Amino acid sequence: MGGCLTSDAADMKYDRGVLNDMSAAVAELRHVSKRFGDVEAARDLNLSVASGEFLSFLGPSGCGKTTALRMLAGFETPSEGEVLIDGQVVNTLEPFRRPVNMVFQSYALFPHLSVFDNVAYGLRQRRPRLSRAEIAEKVSRTLEVVRLGDFGARRIWEMSGGQQQRVALARAIVNEPKLLLLDEPLAALDRKLRKAMQIELQDLQRQLGITFILVTHDQEEALSLSDRICVMRNGRIVQIGTPRELYDAPASRYVADFVGSSNFLEGRIGRITGARADFTGVSRHSFSGQAGPGIEEGATGTLSLRPEQINISRSQLDGGHPVTVQNRIFLGEHTEYVVRHDEIGTFIVLASRRAEDREPPLDAGTQAYIAWNPDAALILRAD
Amino acid sequence: MTQRARNWLLIAPSGALLLVMLVLPLSFVFVFSFGERGPSGGYVPAFTLEQYANLPARWTAFKNTLILAPLGTLAALLIAYPLAYQLAVRTDPKWKTLLLVLVIVPFWTSILIRSYAWIYILGGQGLPALLGSIGIENVRLIYTPFAVTIGIIYGYLPLMVFPIYVALDRLDMRLLEASGDLGARPMTTFLRVTLPLSVPGVATGCMLVFILLMGEFLIPALLGGGKVFFVGNALVDLFLQSRNWAYGSAVAFTLIVIMLITVTIYMRLIARLQTGREDVAVM
Ligand SMILES: Nc1ncnc2c1ncn2[C@@H]1O[C@H](COP(=O)(O)OP(=O)(O)OP(=O)(O)O)[C@@H](O)[C@H]1O
Ligand SMILES: [Mg+2]
Repeated sequence: MGGCLTSDAADMKYDRGVLNDMSAAVAELRHVSKRFGDVEAARDLNLSVASGEFLSFLGPSGCGKTTALRMLAGFETPSEGEVLIDGQVVNTLEPFRRPVNMVFQSYALFPHLSVFDNVAYGLRQRRPRLSRAEIAEKVSRTLEVVRLGDFGARRIWEMSGGQQQRVALARAIVNEPKLLLLDEPLAALDRKLRKAMQIELQDLQRQLGITFILVTHDQEEALSLSDRICVMRNGRIVQIGTPRELYDAPASRYVADFVGSSNFLEGRIGRITGARADFTGVSRHSFSGQAGPGIEEGATGTLSLRPEQINISRSQLDGGHPVTVQNRIFLGEHTEYVVRHDEIGTFIVLASRRAEDREPPLDAGTQAYIAWNPDAALILRAD
Repeated sequence: MTQRARNWLLIAPSGALLLVMLVLPLSFVFVFSFGERGPSGGYVPAFTLEQYANLPARWTAFKNTLILAPLGTLAALLIAYPLAYQLAVRTDPKWKTLLLVLVIVPFWTSILIRSYAWIYILGGQGLPALLGSIGIENVRLIYTPFAVTIGIIYGYLPLMVFPIYVALDRLDMRLLEASGDLGARPMTTFLRVTLPLSVPGVATGCMLVFILLMGEFLIPALLGGGKVFFVGNALVDLFLQSRNWAYGSAVAFTLIVIMLITVTIYMRLIARLQTGREDVAVM
């Protein structure tokens, strides 16, 4: 354990300007658990965040995302395990000594201060002191970034929810911390503004080399922004990986469901041979697919099939299943079909616009066939 | 019924009450203050400024009130703030109600009885005797401004604690966390976030205590023992003993004017402190 918990904790200083090499872990959780009375908000979290990385926590409400961030920021002390920042154990280091800034889910803006003073708050705590001109310059530059250039003199209660959220963002990023914790920082923004802020966040992260940990409910946001995503459930981390890894090789049905959308067939896992496995659905149809991690022969499992991996056609396809088109939804780039197989059940199929060059769109009620490459079907353990 | 009519209807009871209980008596006081004392006391109509010209005779009472009321308010504030802070911010919510009740328990007995307790504590057989036993002789506490201040702090503390408690209790703890997160030490967080956001409570508490203290007469009478008396004591004397209603009215009216001026200045100051926040109102 690092010596930072002894009496010299008070003298511990961080040089905010200097960046470590990319491989060094800025933040680390080792077997971290957190209990609030009977509630286990975090269970055995293990995580290492590299310098300059953009990591997202993705999970449903109440799964412990905020709790994990609060332990990194220093507002909660883990019940078990160690929190490390820059390789030093900081379990009990006060928040104001950590080179970390947080964008609060509830914004937590100071109601008695103007927008400018809110954003300048962190800069004014710096020692040695920054000059007034320096502070003014940094604040207005940051307000520009969040598209609030003209709002410095405003009072907080005069700002809309989305504007307040951007003030909260500005108040954190203006400090250029080593580690920036963002607790659903874009949730209150409309789609267009959210896209714009996402791009700003990514730019900022690249320019400043700040390490980001973003909490989000929005899988699309996580997929498009993150270097890695950490999927959580009931206080546990269920899978960590790049967006592509999570999408292409989810470790469980839960992850497949949370990252992207998928068709799921329930059934029993058959013979496993290397990377392949057989699967028998409850409809007694048999399929072959890629074996997911940790599956066992004879156990109940789930077959997961991404909608865009399914081909649909009027004419019989190789190994195709006959279906009836129930619904067609135009999504712009894609067309979504809801189709029904009499025995297997309902599938969602996503056909690209380009496929329509070959074959005109199918109307509801049409008889058609669906098929997929066995490699596209993932056989996962039930959980 | 129009919205306007409904608004009037809602304030009608309190309006009527104020008219009968406040505006009317005040008008009498105003009119009386220009009159004369009757031969056997009471009031004889007249128009003279004689009563106002005689005010300097009661200068000591005004002086005592104008020194001890603000001093007592300040002392109560300095003691109440940490207490309210501890209760609102640091106490487990489970215990809050119980501890708050303890703060008001003294109100369950009359101030008269509680002040008598202080007469004993500060009197010859109380603290001075105790001090005497460790060699500090001849300490006089009772019937001094000190005794009156102690009585004031004791009697008015709950009145100061409550508004501050309410202000601090409503304080969003995330704001304090945010301040720490931005690198502020606990003391800075207190000075730049907690204190400014509790200004409404402090303002209300000070105003309540100050206004009531300006009219106080029981504590000075009991613990000041006729040596440290307030305008309130002068009024008791003038209305009940010497039955000089005209002079009493002039003294009372002067006190009201002084109070109006100080409270107005005070409100202005607070409003400036708040720098135009509209989510908090003073009182
Ligand atoms: N201070 C606390 N006291 C008691 N329970 C708490 C406390 N903080 C969080 N919890 C509980 O811990 C669990 C995780 O909460 P957390 O706030 O981390 O969830 P979250 O993933 O951030 O959810 P959301 O997406 O809704 O913000 C929840 O069940 C919550 O009720
Ligand atoms: Mg949360």
